[in-house]
Amino acid sequence: MSQSLTSYLFISAALFSIGLFGVLTRRNLVAMLISLELILNSVSISFMAFNRFVFADKSLGQVFVIFIIALAAAEVSIALSLILWLHRKKGSIDIEKAKDLRG
Amino acid sequence: MMITEIVFAALVIIILTGALLAVGLKNVFYNALALILCLFGVAALFIYLNSEFLAIMEVIVYIGAISIAIIFAIMLSRPMTQKTEPENRGKVIRSAVLSALFFGVLAKVIASTAWPIASEQGDYSIKGIGKMLLSTQALPFEVISLILLIAIIGALVLSSPEDNAS
Repeated sequence: MSQSLTSYLFISAALFSIGLFGVLTRRNLVAMLISLELILNSVSISFMAFNRFVFADKSLGQVFVIFIIALAAAEVSIALSLILWLHRKKGSIDIEKAKDLRG
Repeated sequence: MMITEIVFAALVIIILTGALLAVGLKNVFYNALALILCLFGVAALFIYLNSEFLAIMEVIVYIGAISIAIIFAIMLSRPMTQKTEPENRGKVIRSAVLSALFFGVLAKVIASTAWPIASEQGDYSIKGIGKMLLSTQALPFEVISLILLIAIIGALVLSSPEDNAS
């Protein structure tokens, strides 16, 4: 089971679907951010699986996953400061209450 | 051979349970803790994919930095954890159907595609990653460093007190 490409791809697809469900249902912005992290991780898993089983150059997939991790770090820092700003301005981080961009 | 399969199955269970808890629990703080559980599982999965370096990076960056930053943000704004979201049953059902449909399509594609399996032998070492980062992938590497700089400055500007920000 740990030796086949498809099992890793199924894990990745399941993780992506769970993250998608979280982004669609949760209204708390931090919970949406957590779901987004799940989606990014599912993409990392599929990159690494393709790196082991399909790519000829075994460094390429790892370099891509490093880029994904770096982008996730940048995204989380910006998103968290935006969420804290919204929390200071509106006293709530419910996505339904952040309908206008006027602050 | 047998023990690796058992550990792999346990890892899959840990990852999927952590992901479901991270999405399903109502308290945001528990969501963050479940996310850490799921990320540990993913890091262990990277070892199965022959990349110890990425497993270490996953633990250091995702768990050590990103999850801790999320937990800090939750704790800095106390009311965030106590807000209970009113149930919207129709929305939950619609989202569940959509996600299940999406998973079904992905599973169909994965199962029906003939993947071109190449040799698993090769250079997985950190040395190879470093060489690639500074030779063929040098431009994305530099752009990433620029993006991280912009993110740091943006976060500082956004979180500075009101009179300085505008």
